[in-house]
Amino acid sequence: MAEKDYKEVISKIDSIAQKVYSDLTKAEIPHLNLSTRTKANIRFDDNLNVWKYGKQTTERSAMSLDGAYMLLRTMYLVDFIKEMINQKKSSTLRETYYISEGWNLAKFSSQDESDLLAEDLEVITGCMREDFKLRPEEDGARVIGNLVIEEVTRNNAKKRIHCQDDVGDAGYGIPYNVEKEKLSFKQIDADFVMAIETGGMFDRLVENGFDTDSRAILVHLKGQPARSTRRFIKRLSEEKQLPVLVFTDCDPWSFRIYGSVAYGAIKTAHISEYLATPSAQYLGVTPSDIINYKLPTDTLTPEDIHALKSELDDPRFQDQFWKHEIKLQLEIGKKSEQQALAKYGLDYVTDTYLPEKLVELGLMKK
Amino acid sequence: MKEAVDNALDACEEAGILPDLSVEIRNHESEECTIIVEDNGPGIIKQQIPHIFGRLLYGSRFHAVRQTRGQQGIGISAVVLYGQLTTGKHAQIMSKIAADRPAVVTSLAIDTSKNRGEVVAQEVQHWDKPNGTRIEVTINANYRNGKRFVYEYLQSTSIVNPHARITFKDAEGQTAVFERTADTLPPKCVEIQPHPYGVELGTLIKMAKEAKSRKLASFLKTDFCSMGDRTADAVCQEAQLDRNLNPKELSRDQLAQLHKAFKKVKMMSPPTECLSPIGEMLIKRSLKNETQEISPECIVTASRPPAVFSGNPFQVEVGIVYGGKLPKDKSVRLMRFANRIPLLYQQGDCASTAAIASMDWRRYGFDQPNGVGVPTGPAIFLTHLCSTQIPYTSESKEAIADIEEIENEVRLAFRECARKVQHHINKKVRRVKTREKFDLITKILPEIAKKSAHMLDKPVPSLDKVITRIMDVVWIEDAIEYEKVKRTPGKAMQAKLGTDLAQLKDDGGWITKSSILIVNYKNKPQRFSLYALIPKDAVIGTITPQPTKVTPDYIRWNLESIDPTNKLDVYFELAGLNKGDFDENDLYVQGINPSYVIGADQWEGE
Repeated sequence: MAEKDYKEVISKIDSIAQKVYSDLTKAEIPHLNLSTRTKANIRFDDNLNVWKYGKQTTERSAMSLDGAYMLLRTMYLVDFIKEMINQKKSSTLRETYYISEGWNLAKFSSQDESDLLAEDLEVITGCMREDFKLRPEEDGARVIGNLVIEEVTRNNAKKRIHCQDDVGDAGYGIPYNVEKEKLSFKQIDADFVMAIETGGMFDRLVENGFDTDSRAILVHLKGQPARSTRRFIKRLSEEKQLPVLVFTDCDPWSFRIYGSVAYGAIKTAHISEYLATPSAQYLGVTPSDIINYKLPTDTLTPEDIHALKSELDDPRFQDQFWKHEIKLQLEIGKKSEQQALAKYGLDYVTDTYLPEKLVELGLMKK
Repeated sequence: MKEAVDNALDACEEAGILPDLSVEIRNHESEECTIIVEDNGPGIIKQQIPHIFGRLLYGSRFHAVRQTRGQQGIGISAVVLYGQLTTGKHAQIMSKIAADRPAVVTSLAIDTSKNRGEVVAQEVQHWDKPNGTRIEVTINANYRNGKRFVYEYLQSTSIVNPHARITFKDAEGQTAVFERTADTLPPKCVEIQPHPYGVELGTLIKMAKEAKSRKLASFLKTDFCSMGDRTADAVCQEAQLDRNLNPKELSRDQLAQLHKAFKKVKMMSPPTECLSPIGEMLIKRSLKNETQEISPECIVTASRPPAVFSGNPFQVEVGIVYGGKLPKDKSVRLMRFANRIPLLYQQGDCASTAAIASMDWRRYGFDQPNGVGVPTGPAIFLTHLCSTQIPYTSESKEAIADIEEIENEVRLAFRECARKVQHHINKKVRRVKTREKFDLITKILPEIAKKSAHMLDKPVPSLDKVITRIMDVVWIEDAIEYEKVKRTPGKAMQAKLGTDLAQLKDDGGWITKSSILIVNYKNKPQRFSLYALIPKDAVIGTITPQPTKVTPDYIRWNLESIDPTNKLDVYFELAGLNKGDFDENDLYVQGINPSYVIGADQWEGE
């Protein structure tokens, strides 16, 4: 792996300390500004074709107790990152959280807090988490399909892996770093990428040989997909010009999974252009499918209903298709799972449902 | 037991003795239990014993009215009789009237046909006590059921009788002591003549028969209160009776006319010296003493001035114990008292309960569905009604009747108390917020500065200006400490300003030390006046800096100018108070925008 130049990262990190220091010497209350990371502050970027943060900013100021703690933690975290860069080390987000145990007042009270602050630093500096030598836990998202990947292993050797022949039933595990210096796509013979929410459905499609029969690259999203999984899908789609289909349960949370794959997540809108695949299409299960396929259902919980309503004014879900489907789901008051298709037998999903949907989307002929 | 305790307290007070009571309950195997109540009162001469303990409804006083406990309950003789009827055992009464006289033990039976006590046996015995009375009655009762009530009753009694010490030994042999919190007896109740508005027709007839005056007008003037020449004439005129008639010769009808006329003539209210309230400070002290385990956040009390209903003077005192370990999700606990007697039953029928329920407690931070009913919250509400005539709802004398004047007074008193509680809570919330900011500038901000300087290899910057910008207030913090000093006998003295501490020590008791810290976190120098309220009974000791003005109610300082981030210490000492009497400074400021100040309110004048 080529040694990265961290000079710029260090100067950006120092600029944070510099800002706070100069506030203090100018007798100003120290503060940092960063883009507001909420639904109300994402705008569609026509150039990048993804959703990015708008102009609203949030001030982290030492005026309030919470703000002051935040600034102190920021100081500690940037100091820690600088040290890691200098010592050529890296740590997982979880390790960072535990490291903060030794930071006295600046200690994080939960990992969510430290993860969010790492994201804040990305937003402030425009660097990526990886630049800070911070990495997520291995999330084990996996891939099966007619695809050869070349990965630079920890021994700095290049290794080629065929994602059908060289892997077991669990598939190829996506590493946390999927950038070019680490991973490249060598050979591919497939018609589309299918991103699947649940492990159960992924395994069903593998067992039924859907990847070979339908010439598909199957990617398991494992719920809300990790950055590396989204980046992997994006590179696959862009570099190999493959259409991407997202196949999830039918509930508001699954729609959000699709949103983060296709449009970019609200939390990471500052790096949407790296992670989002604007061409990704939603395959199902849609609320209309619940009716058309007479699927077994559960009643929407109050949380579901609240989430659906919130999606109605989410700028990412404003097109005709989503408006119609979300309203329909609120109307019927039901939700359903991918695996509910087993109502008609184990092969129904590969023999009937998916072919019909692919025809509908124009990816397969009748 | 209740009867015996009430009688004992009355007897001691009348004789000017600080009551020291001991109550013991012994459980027998059968459904019997023995109650023993012993006091250190004046004792009873042996000839009187059968009359006091053996005659039903004996001892009803002449027409003069006065606040006593005795008018409540069924009477001690009824207890003696009940014991005799249910167990066949006689009451044992031991009494000693002086140190050099022997104690007399009387075994007493009641002859119901003659309504008279009969001495079954009487003997002389030695008793260590110089004087006192001890009554032992065995009755048929299940003590276990009433156990909680006995304890509660004694505890409650002790709260409203801070001058009494009560020792309780229960059937299991456990002893509880309710210590006294006051060393002086309540002032003796003065007798007054009945007020015409409050007199019943029957009493009027009896009074007329026994009148010493030969003329109606002078009878009215001497045997009633609030009756002057003019009022007496007005009453006679209204009743169409000649002022020179002999009261003894008046017919029943004529007296009924007179009785009616009373109500139609405007009269002065009865005098109120005849009431013996407990006093705000003493209620607070006893509540504090009895709620120690709860460690409440605050205890506030309020006393209303005396008022009158139908010619009967009365006075309401209330107290609120708030916070601590009291349950937040239960109804407020009510403690009701009348003439220093706890009312344990029929809470729902009581005028004090109705008055509390009719207030909107939500505005004072309590839960109360629809704004009516007894509120929910971590509090105990105490109500004490004292009057020459407690208007009970029924013979059982457990609830006060719904008299509008009384309900109004209860409401006013609780409103005052609730405001104080709310003030206290608001103050606390503000302080917590400021305390947070204080942490911020003293701990977090220096760390931020250190860390950023370290990363850039630069010197740590001065933070004074940033601190004043963040705080932007004048911060006032106070602490109160108590110091025990040697007690030597002597009356409370009126110390003058600047009295030396050593001199105060002679007075004994506790010294209350109040330290106030003022820090200017504004970015400009600040100069203002500070007022500290002091309790009425306190004697002021050392004060620093030199105060500008000292009155019985407050101390005032015109403080020198305080520069940004500088502080100033203010200190004063109080004597003549018990530990904990003064547990919170009440501070006010003048000559500065009050919104700049945390820890004191705007001075609104005296």
